[in-house]
Amino acid sequence: MFGASSLELLSFEPPNGRGLSLLHGLANSVGIAFGSFGVGLLIGVGGAYGKLYGGPVVRDLLEVYTTVVRAVPELVLILLLYFAGTDLINQLLTALGYAAIDINGVVAGIGVLGVVQGAYSTEVLRGAIRAVPQGQIEAARAYGMPPGLLLRRITLPAMLPFAIPGLANLWLIATKDTALLAIVGVNELTQTTRTAAGATKAYFTFFMAAGALYLVLTLVSNVVIGRVERWARRGMPSIAGSH
Amino acid sequence: MTAPATALKHTVQNGAAEAIHVENLHKNFGKLHVLKGVSLSARDGEVIAIIGGSGSGKSTLLRCINCLENPTSGIIRVNGEEIKLKADSHGHTVPADRKQIERIRSKLGMVFQNFNLWSHMTLIENVIEVPVHVLGVKRDVAIGEAEKLLARVGLAEKRDVYPAYLSGGQQQRAAIARALAINPRVMLFDEPTSALDPELVGEVLKVIGDLAREGRTMVLVTHEMKFAREVATHVVYLHNGLVEEEGPPEQIFGAPKSERLKQFLRNVG
Repeated sequence: MFGASSLELLSFEPPNGRGLSLLHGLANSVGIAFGSFGVGLLIGVGGAYGKLYGGPVVRDLLEVYTTVVRAVPELVLILLLYFAGTDLINQLLTALGYAAIDINGVVAGIGVLGVVQGAYSTEVLRGAIRAVPQGQIEAARAYGMPPGLLLRRITLPAMLPFAIPGLANLWLIATKDTALLAIVGVNELTQTTRTAAGATKAYFTFFMAAGALYLVLTLVSNVVIGRVERWARRGMPSIAGSH
Repeated sequence: MTAPATALKHTVQNGAAEAIHVENLHKNFGKLHVLKGVSLSARDGEVIAIIGGSGSGKSTLLRCINCLENPTSGIIRVNGEEIKLKADSHGHTVPADRKQIERIRSKLGMVFQNFNLWSHMTLIENVIEVPVHVLGVKRDVAIGEAEKLLARVGLAEKRDVYPAYLSGGQQQRAAIARALAINPRVMLFDEPTSALDPELVGEVLKVIGDLAREGRTMVLVTHEMKFAREVATHVVYLHNGLVEEEGPPEQIFGAPKSERLKQFLRNVG
């Protein structure tokens, strides 16, 4: 099965080579993963703050959000949010007298996975913020730091070392969850692989290639995460050296 | 220490302005009544030492001055400005004006028992943080000032080191430099040597003593009686949330009147 024909199928030369469309799918996957991870982080910071410092109503609402999203399988949520979500937006637009729009698959994917990531991020960041020594936050308050500045300058950087392992997991999950969007036809790596494999009947070749691309993505991610973690832990002596 | 304690002290001007004024302060933690009507005053140049046993309310009193603890009732004036308080929806007393409390806090240099340096910043970054980001001082100006302050507490060569790599004494000296960097009207010390190994206490007390001698206004909660006697211009002895006895250090340590204070001094001495 491997041989000249497989290489030809994976080459960047049309009409037979489908390498470009795989790379295009990969780019979409990375974009969706990046976007949804970012949306998830924003929701997570807000959610963690709400859970830690919010009033009872805010805390209850956030508890419902994180519980429901973490209880329902991602695939079900994707189907639900994707179809119900786009339908809702279009109904709203029609009701307001605008024309219905065709929602871009990548944008919809970011939105749907972002909501999922946000629930997990909320819990990761809540734990990390609680791990920050209270005295450091108190010192910032004692010197007159307003809440927004305190969050940006003290709480977020101080909690980062505690959040990185959890966030790194979430990033890797985000890269793989993009594959679930194939079910709703978003043109990411798994979907383009399916299309190419179906058209050429070279299933093994294309899925092996897709698997290799996902692996490369993870390996590159690990290098970047390692650097970010070293930077985030800059003020902390290494555990190995403390004996 | 053979020299008379008073020789180490500068003299406070009689007409000096009142930097801190606390009147009839009460603080409850739930059912626990920690402060039961305490009054305190610090004029410019005065060094007020607050002493007392564990649970006497001395740290709570200090922390109420900058509203790290919200007093249950009472009056607090800093630089003649009264801190506005209000009751929140749960009936707790909270600052009524966040901007006011932030402005007042940025004039009070707080030094904590556990140093509380920001662990993700080097010493120089710790010292310039508040001047640059809260007070709006230009970064290069702030760095110049911070270098002088670090040199003053003997940490010039540690400017780019993170706090976790330093001894407790070094961290506390850096925390004092951080407090001085805001050019505070009053320095507040909350048991600054209680978390230190005994051999590191001296280096921190020396820095605080130098500040006292140059006429800085300070309120100091401490367990170091000998030190309080040396540097304080006025000593307040708290017992069970009330001022049991107060006066000049010679009187408090040399001729205490209250039976409780006598016993306290016997126990700690």
